[in-house]
Amino acid sequence: MKKLWSILAICLMLTFLIVPVAFGAEGTDGAAAAAAEAPKIDAGDTAWVLASAALVMLMTPGLALFYGGMVRTKNVLTTIMQSFFVVALISVQWVLIGYTLTFGSDIGGLIGSLEYFGLNGLGQEPSAIAATIPSLAFVAFQCMFAVITPALITGSFAERMKFPAFVVFIVAWATLVYNPFAHWVWGGGWLFELGALDFAGGTVIHILSGVSGLVACIVLGRRRGYGSSPMLPHHLPMTVLGAALLWFGWFGFNAGSALAANGLAASAFVVTQVAAAAATLSWVFVEWMHNGKPTILGAVSGCIAGLVAITPAAGFVSTIPSLIIGLAGGAICYFAVAVVKKKLNYDDSLDAFGIHGIGGTWGAIATGLFASKSVNSAGTDGFFFGGGMDPVVTQLIAVAAAWVFAAVMTFILLKIVGAFLPLRVNDEEEISGLDVSEHGERAYAQDFVAGAPITHGYEISSTQKVAEKVNLV
Amino acid sequence: MRKMTKIEIITRPGKLEELKEALNSIGVAGMTVSQVYGCGLQKGHTEVYRGTEYAINLLPKVKVETVVCEIPVEKVLATAQKVLKTGQIGDGKIFVYPIENAVRIRTGEEGDIAIIDPKA
Repeated sequence: MKKLWSILAICLMLTFLIVPVAFGAEGTDGAAAAAAEAPKIDAGDTAWVLASAALVMLMTPGLALFYGGMVRTKNVLTTIMQSFFVVALISVQWVLIGYTLTFGSDIGGLIGSLEYFGLNGLGQEPSAIAATIPSLAFVAFQCMFAVITPALITGSFAERMKFPAFVVFIVAWATLVYNPFAHWVWGGGWLFELGALDFAGGTVIHILSGVSGLVACIVLGRRRGYGSSPMLPHHLPMTVLGAALLWFGWFGFNAGSALAANGLAASAFVVTQVAAAAATLSWVFVEWMHNGKPTILGAVSGCIAGLVAITPAAGFVSTIPSLIIGLAGGAICYFAVAVVKKKLNYDDSLDAFGIHGIGGTWGAIATGLFASKSVNSAGTDGFFFGGGMDPVVTQLIAVAAAWVFAAVMTFILLKIVGAFLPLRVNDEEEISGLDVSEHGERAYAQDFVAGAPITHGYEISSTQKVAEKVNLV
Repeated sequence: MRKMTKIEIITRPGKLEELKEALNSIGVAGMTVSQVYGCGLQKGHTEVYRGTEYAINLLPKVKVETVVCEIPVEKVLATAQKVLKTGQIGDGKIFVYPIENAVRIRTGEEGDIAIIDPKA
């Protein structure tokens, strides 16, 4: 605990130290930008990107509900907190260093420079990356992507990770895994130069989070009683609501990634819907054939798998390819979750890897197969559109880079964090549930009837009164 | 003090309303109902979550407890059986216990008077 406080104190002091630096430089840079020939900001584009940023923001609380419904009653608040807290944590990390590490001037193809530290020099002027929207609109939009990525990992180690270790790990992961990799693909790094296609984050978001989740759940170990006692979802309607919010927000995620209110955004919107729908159908039908019943958990899992799979391809493929990507995505992820996971016996509690890691990998490869310049002239022609094997190979390189980087870095980060802080709750805490042990609160007061406590005690301040009353009698 | 008897009926949740009406009609004035889980000869069912199968063999039941004094126990048992018997596995069980004493907290009355409806 002492260590945690000293870490927090150092962070706070650093924050104050850099404030004057960040603000001091603002004036000169702003003036320079104004003096240059200013490209025109487009009202429609700006409106759409800002609305999209808000849509993507809502996905992380949606994810909190999606995951929250799938855990047991005693861990629902912990699970929701892990996502909700990340919205705040990474937003602060993003404006301080995340943005500049990702989109600052390229250093050796590996990382962005610190020129935009604290968003220094970024304002209402046209963005250097998308000229028709203000810099800050792009910052806000990308912020929401940086937020949801680490939140996705939480599904893999749900119901067992200590909160302090979680906080330190997530900040380190965002800074040392997400920011560099997003720079490689989107910020002018080596994968960008190689021509790897990732429209809205198949490798950057879904492979990184999914593979990191797999490593995290193996490093932390299986939940107590995994495989012997039942670990059933406690509130599937909550999961359905969360999935619906994710689907809704995903239009901002994919169509917003056009960074303009144009035809490409409309195209991305349609293929997003088609792939989500197709994957919902394929998961449900495959499960129906395999297990005898169509389930709602299967339907929502399928829809997320389809959305993941179409993410890297959304701005490069047309309708029929998106249907194929969705249909295959649902079936592949079902297989990963229902068959492979059981065989390999790792405890990825909520299938962050099975859906995001595997779905993202399929989507990234499918982008190399189905991309077409007729959809997006900035893209490339994939294997089925006369592009030969090259685009597929490029995509495979990006996929392999994401897998290796995520796996190695997550392993190292967890080992380092684990050397200072316990990663896992102890057995007693795990049995009583993390809601009470980590957060001191419970989600459902089902032990209280008509306001009267039956088994779980009393308000501490009322102890005296109760004692007096009993004595009187 | 007349003899008091507790009758505990564990049965299908869907039969609760019918049972309540039938017991009321023969003059059973009060009862305590709880939702419980149990298993017996019924096999239960399986549930599948993302391909992982779970055997659910504790099934939801209702437990109705009532204490009678002037109403013949046989009459309660016969009424309950008439309502609850479907002939299928899972109809439930009835347990009968002798009661030593009873207290009505409001008045402090003890014994049979504590459980009899004074207006009846």
